[in-house]
Amino acid sequence: MDATMTLTVNGKERTVVTDPERPLLDVLREDLNLTGAKYGCGEGRCGACTVLMDGKQVLSCVTPVAKADKKKITTIEGLADGDSLHPVQQAFLDEGAIQCGYCTPGMILTAVALLEKYPQPTDEQIVAWMDGNICRCNGYTKILRAVRRAAAQITEVKIP
Amino acid sequence: MIENTLAEELLESGRSEFVEQASSQVELSRRTFVQLLGTGLLITVTQGVSVGQRSRSRSRGSITVAARVHLNHDGTISVMTGKVEEGQGPRAQISQAAAEELRVAVDNIRLVMADTALVPDDGITAGSRTTPYTIPAVRQGAATARELLTSLAAKQWKVDPGTLDVHLGTITNKATKRTISYADLAKSKDVAETFKQNIPSDVAVTPVSEWKVLGRSVPRPNSRDIVTGAHKYPSDIARPNMLYGKILRPPSYGATLESVDLSAAKAMKDVVVVHEDQFVGFAAPSSFRAAQALEAVAKTASWKAAPHPSSKEIFAYLKERAQTGGRSRPSTRGSIDKALADASKVLSETYTVAYIQHTPMEPRAATAEWTAGKLTVWTGIDWPQRAQRDLAQAFRIPSDSVRAIVPDMGAGFGGKHSGEAAEEAARLAKAAGCPVAVHWTRAEEFTWAYFRPAAVIECKGGLDDKGSLIAWDFTNINAGGAAIDTPYNIANTSILSASSDSPLRQGPYRCLAATANNFARESFMDELAAAAGADPLAFRLAHLENPRIQTVLEAVAKHFDWPARRRKVTADIGVGLACGTEKNSVVAACVEVGIDRKRRELKVHHVCEAFECGPIQNPANLTSQVQGCIIMGLGGALREEMRFEDGKILNASFAGYLVPRFKDVPRIDVHLINKTDIPSAGGGETPIIAIAPAIGNAIFAATGIRIRSMPMQKALFRQL
Repeated sequence: MDATMTLTVNGKERTVVTDPERPLLDVLREDLNLTGAKYGCGEGRCGACTVLMDGKQVLSCVTPVAKADKKKITTIEGLADGDSLHPVQQAFLDEGAIQCGYCTPGMILTAVALLEKYPQPTDEQIVAWMDGNICRCNGYTKILRAVRRAAAQITEVKIP
Repeated sequence: MIENTLAEELLESGRSEFVEQASSQVELSRRTFVQLLGTGLLITVTQGVSVGQRSRSRSRGSITVAARVHLNHDGTISVMTGKVEEGQGPRAQISQAAAEELRVAVDNIRLVMADTALVPDDGITAGSRTTPYTIPAVRQGAATARELLTSLAAKQWKVDPGTLDVHLGTITNKATKRTISYADLAKSKDVAETFKQNIPSDVAVTPVSEWKVLGRSVPRPNSRDIVTGAHKYPSDIARPNMLYGKILRPPSYGATLESVDLSAAKAMKDVVVVHEDQFVGFAAPSSFRAAQALEAVAKTASWKAAPHPSSKEIFAYLKERAQTGGRSRPSTRGSIDKALADASKVLSETYTVAYIQHTPMEPRAATAEWTAGKLTVWTGIDWPQRAQRDLAQAFRIPSDSVRAIVPDMGAGFGGKHSGEAAEEAARLAKAAGCPVAVHWTRAEEFTWAYFRPAAVIECKGGLDDKGSLIAWDFTNINAGGAAIDTPYNIANTSILSASSDSPLRQGPYRCLAATANNFARESFMDELAAAAGADPLAFRLAHLENPRIQTVLEAVAKHFDWPARRRKVTADIGVGLACGTEKNSVVAACVEVGIDRKRRELKVHHVCEAFECGPIQNPANLTSQVQGCIIMGLGGALREEMRFEDGKILNASFAGYLVPRFKDVPRIDVHLINKTDIPSAGGGETPIIAIAPAIGNAIFAATGIRIRSMPMQKALFRQL
């Protein structure tokens, strides 16, 4: 049975009429044409589908869209401020922390959530926080460098 | 058809062992393919076509300049290649190669990749072949274009081309200082005419000592689109009125569909149901809806199961079926039997390697669209022309009625040489009369893609009374012949790659069998060193005759401080080393492991690796590749293995199949050696092969326990 839900996605109010059990990931990708969040496992074990909901990271592949009703969702497409990249995005570029890049949106949003919780994280905090995100290119070394670099630069985390 | 393409690749590896394995694999695979995929889509490719494909893929160098280089009116230059970007860096490196020879800035290059309507066939993106084959082909095309453009300017100015200089896309008459840009020249019809000629194979390219763009750390050109989410991967491609497809899979390998009731799905609004022989598929306006249709029908399906061995008995199974006789003859040197009889010490051991899977972050995905009998697919595959040929055959249409496009995709590691999703999407799209996207789930990828072969490797070695290695007998069953030859100087050797009857569908993986062969060889070398009472480093150096391997081995031992670290070994902290060569590159690694007996955890603390693949074309990208290979190698070394029983994969999920994560990342020191007097080789594979044996050797150093099976963690704690 379809339901009507209203989500604020990247600052814009979006109304969707759909099965409330559908994963938020599917609705973002298939209904709202926001394909930045990726499918990696469908069971919340790889972090590729990570988005922010009211500023907190969620695994959108295991989040029914009903849970996002009346919530603020930030996807990777909404992270930059116009042409100006978010410092975490810029840090990934600066460190070349990209191989295939499929895990990158999830990595970046997870790091944004980390830096909001721990603006000056220790290495142990970074590793523990990021451990739910898989990079199969195994580019972890440069991703860690990018997160440390962002942490060193950011004084205040801004979630649009 | 798909199995044929996998087998073809093994043929292309150019090793006689592989050729034999491949031909038997084709027979196995044709049978298995129908059973495994359960779609009934198999089309037998005749030998003639297969050979034709191979020779076609090898016909490099015979294309026109226009097929490779196009001057755009905005001053940018389009360069075309059939290669695919899946994260290993060809987009940057091929752009650099073209910019170097055209004498333009690298951001002036618009690299067009992997679209059969636009690009030449550069062969498959595999086997570390982009660097040694495609980069030179692109450089020759770009150098030819530069020479032709210079000649055009010379003709216009009525001067000798030798008096002209090219810098940043502008041709200058050194005497008069008169200039003309490529963009201005592009306006004349002469360019189109002169670009019709073929690229000669003997055109001179820029020597390494004069490189200005190659040799630099140029970032991936579309990086910004990756961090903003703007880049569209194969699974992101949407078309107007597109539906999402799901396929009914057999519950186990080899099961055949006996009956199925489609009525529940047919009663669902907006759901298209397709049933052709063993193929049952659904298309719906959302993937959720398509999955509901699939679920409703799957409950009604009746299957006939087929017997299938389990992972517990796999090594005995492969060994029983090893084809060691007939045409599979070992390559030999000296007299192995006599040397083993004469040896003062003989060791004989068997090593095993489990099946593992690539698990690229993006599972197989395709979008297919039919327009007036012509098919366009966007899909993740390593060779767009292969997808084009396979689809043309599957749907009995001419090749030029198929356009295959591979957007930069979410990784592969050798796991995406086959295009199942494209065929499934095209079949559904044809029936539905609108575009259809098929995105495999992780469980489908784990079950219905293919695996790195399991291996049983039998080793015998003989030492003389001085502790020198005089006999080496090495047989790999099932995994293949990559890096099977020993790089050590041994007078009497017998080396064989024997095929078997793999119950799982198997295919290429980063560095193919080189990981298995290196694991066994470098672990067994350690066993022999111990038997000879020698230091593992000294024992290797005493037998090595390849100076490139010596260089990386000595370099890594120095950086790691091998002698001191080896003296500090305890029962809980071990160090080990290993080296090897494959695909014309050389690698050596030292590792330190920690063994936590209480928590039953094996932790790799430190990996120091030296790698050399000729002149380095992009240091940052090469570093990424080496780091990635090291950590990917940890996965297969420590924990990754496919478990299966009764034709079902028991761990088709990241919950049960444990890939490396942030917590597993050790301290990594990479030492790249830039050897400029030889051609560049690829660097995205070989750095993986030294990791597992170095870890096994470190475990032995600490515990005295020799682990002869990959993965090693569970095997170790069974004995501790």
